[in-house]
Amino acid sequence: MSETTHPEADALIAHLQERFPGAVQPSPAPFTGLIVAREHLVDVATHLRDELGYRYLASVTGVDYPQGMDGLAPRFEVVYHLCQASGAPLTLHVHASREDPAVPSLAPLFPSAVVQEREAWDLLGIRFEGHPDLRRILLWEGFDGHPLRKDWHEVYYEEDHKPFESRYPAGEPVQAESRTPLGNNLRYPEGWSFEDWRPMVDVWGYQAHDAVAQEDNPDFPLERVVLNMGPHHPSTHGVLRLLVTLEGETIRRLEPVVGFLHRCHDKIGERNTWLGNMPYTDRLDYVCSMSNNLGYAIAVEKLLGVEVPPRAEYIRVIMAEFTRFMNHIIDIGFTGNDLGIYFTAMLMGMEERELILDLFERVSGSRMMCNYMRFGGVAHDMDEEAVALARELAFERLPRAVDKVDAYFTDNEIFRARSVGVGVLPPEMAVAYGCTGPLLRGSGVPYDLRRADPYSVYDQFDFDVVVGQNGDVYDRYLVRLGEMRQSLRILQQALDRLPDGPVMAGKKQALVKVPAGESYGRIEAPKGELAYYVVSDGGTNPYRYHVRAPSFVNLGVLGEICKGHLIGDVVIILASVDITLGEVDR
Amino acid sequence: MPVRKRQLPEIPPELVGTVHLTPLDQIYNWARKRSLWPIFFGLACCAIEMIAAAAGRFDLSRFGMEIMRASPRQGDLMMVTGTVTKKMAPQVVRLYNQMAEPKYVLAMGACAISGGPFKEGYNVVSGVDKLIPVDIYVPGCPPRPEALLNGLLSLHARMERESIRDLRWYRKGEVEEGIPVPDLGPDLIDWRLAERLEPTVRQAEE
Repeated sequence: MSETTHPEADALIAHLQERFPGAVQPSPAPFTGLIVAREHLVDVATHLRDELGYRYLASVTGVDYPQGMDGLAPRFEVVYHLCQASGAPLTLHVHASREDPAVPSLAPLFPSAVVQEREAWDLLGIRFEGHPDLRRILLWEGFDGHPLRKDWHEVYYEEDHKPFESRYPAGEPVQAESRTPLGNNLRYPEGWSFEDWRPMVDVWGYQAHDAVAQEDNPDFPLERVVLNMGPHHPSTHGVLRLLVTLEGETIRRLEPVVGFLHRCHDKIGERNTWLGNMPYTDRLDYVCSMSNNLGYAIAVEKLLGVEVPPRAEYIRVIMAEFTRFMNHIIDIGFTGNDLGIYFTAMLMGMEERELILDLFERVSGSRMMCNYMRFGGVAHDMDEEAVALARELAFERLPRAVDKVDAYFTDNEIFRARSVGVGVLPPEMAVAYGCTGPLLRGSGVPYDLRRADPYSVYDQFDFDVVVGQNGDVYDRYLVRLGEMRQSLRILQQALDRLPDGPVMAGKKQALVKVPAGESYGRIEAPKGELAYYVVSDGGTNPYRYHVRAPSFVNLGVLGEICKGHLIGDVVIILASVDITLGEVDR
Repeated sequence: MPVRKRQLPEIPPELVGTVHLTPLDQIYNWARKRSLWPIFFGLACCAIEMIAAAAGRFDLSRFGMEIMRASPRQGDLMMVTGTVTKKMAPQVVRLYNQMAEPKYVLAMGACAISGGPFKEGYNVVSGVDKLIPVDIYVPGCPPRPEALLNGLLSLHARMERESIRDLRWYRKGEVEEGIPVPDLGPDLIDWRLAERLEPTVRQAEE
């Protein structure tokens, strides 16, 4: 499954080696992509962006190799995934020393790197030189250590890999609290004392805003106010904090502060077995658990090299499209909620959601956290009754639900007055900020991974990529509405052509061993490009497990598109970006 | 504490049907339990199931609690729906302190009870009861809306057993101080630990 075996990739490497002698070399097997020398990273990236059309930086993350791997020295590695308008992403590896890891920042070239490099700094402590604003993002300033480093252990640390000895039947079950000195998930550094510590007012959050507030506006000086929305706010869809600098009612600067739901997915993912991560993916974007399962299964299957039986592929597509439908109808409901329709629109969405959840419960056994996909198939077959239920939904019930939403919203005068021309995102900015999903397509960029880089059996279905024109809140709504109709088209085709056969390649395994290598599995989740970057050292646990979450990257552009709008528009713009905090903070 | 059954005085025959007699506790609890106002406080996955419980199929308003208040000052039930992280802990405690009494806390889901699947995480508080007192636990990951309704009915049953004579918020003299709000330092700083820890540190220094 190595991407370097493609002739195009070889040609690209040859081209880059010729252009930048000594700066680029192919990664040693089983790794993929290129190793770029640190000094030349910015040049190579500029060349790739401007000359070769790699304009979309999908993912930036880091990996810690304290022991080295595959003959390479101990190092930190920063991994970039760059994409063209279609086709598989190009992987770039950049090495940094273990002692003082520093890598030039790509944020000036690709604004999508801003938040992702901040995350890598926060969790791995890799400095990005030239980054405009290198602060912690998921944790807080002053946190002790960088948790994703392999030598950093959490308070409840037992062993590197699950299953832990303490959970084997031979051992007595022990409460984790009883093993720690404080009886709690807390630890303070040596020599630290409560008495000497002074609370830090979170100056770091306000400093930048004060700078904006102090800018002079000679023509028409107005007093500027820094307003703090959240983390407990009725309209932020969870625990998100927005720092807003206001001039009158107009927004001059807006900064999302995230991390209030950082549940340490990456670190826990490294301890879990490969399959043990599957239920954790459910809890990333808790509205669309089926899509999350699919993305992770695809990433690991790339390494395993298993062929998924056709019936399983079709069932996967059916589940993923029902999830997309559910996500969009709930998001439109949330938009209505934030507009002041209050709960009515929401209830419309929840009504359909319950029906779809009935189907999910029937096939997987759980309403919300389905844990349904496996490596090489799905956990259970769809029985006759489930198929009948799905057909009833896809052919009868849900088309009418879309029409109902359409009838209530599309030509509604108040809705249009609040949404047309609000939160405009120009297409160039959308690509530069790495936006994906309806947010990107609402701006008129027809980039849909189901078409651009098809996975599963999406190449067998007839559907359109819905795009908007103006990139405002209204167009994003229209894109979602159109995508719901396209999802139903796919569902109807899939249910009509659902093949017979097994739903699992080989037999079910609890402890899967995955061959060494790296893989970047990505799907078009309802919110955008959801990708899992996994590294295996050949064992039963991932060596590195990173989630490239669409909500997290999409949220990076919120500050730009809110600028100049009224404070009352923030919540509706946020609803149109469509985030789930479980996925933003992971 | 169970309300003692008492002999109620007899109602004169001409007033039967006009006058009803009942213990004060009973009418007080009856009115109170049917008008719980939860604060709209969604933390994680369970919040979606809380919304589902409020939506059409399960319909929370049957129990007199469809009004979710955004402000903690107007709510008397805090449903902790999801993982409490260390970064969020100060806000959770602050919100609890800001709620007016009588106040109740319902921990919904495995994360709010003990940290759940994310317990070992470095940013996860091992259960919201490490921070604030909890009245009702609703297990599940996430609990189904029916389970949440059952939890709320258990809370109603619990409120029915309370007596106006020994409720802590009607006591004279003592004014309860709020729970000290934790801070974010090298780790979450729980000031209640300071009293426990500092003497040992001082002893070690001596």
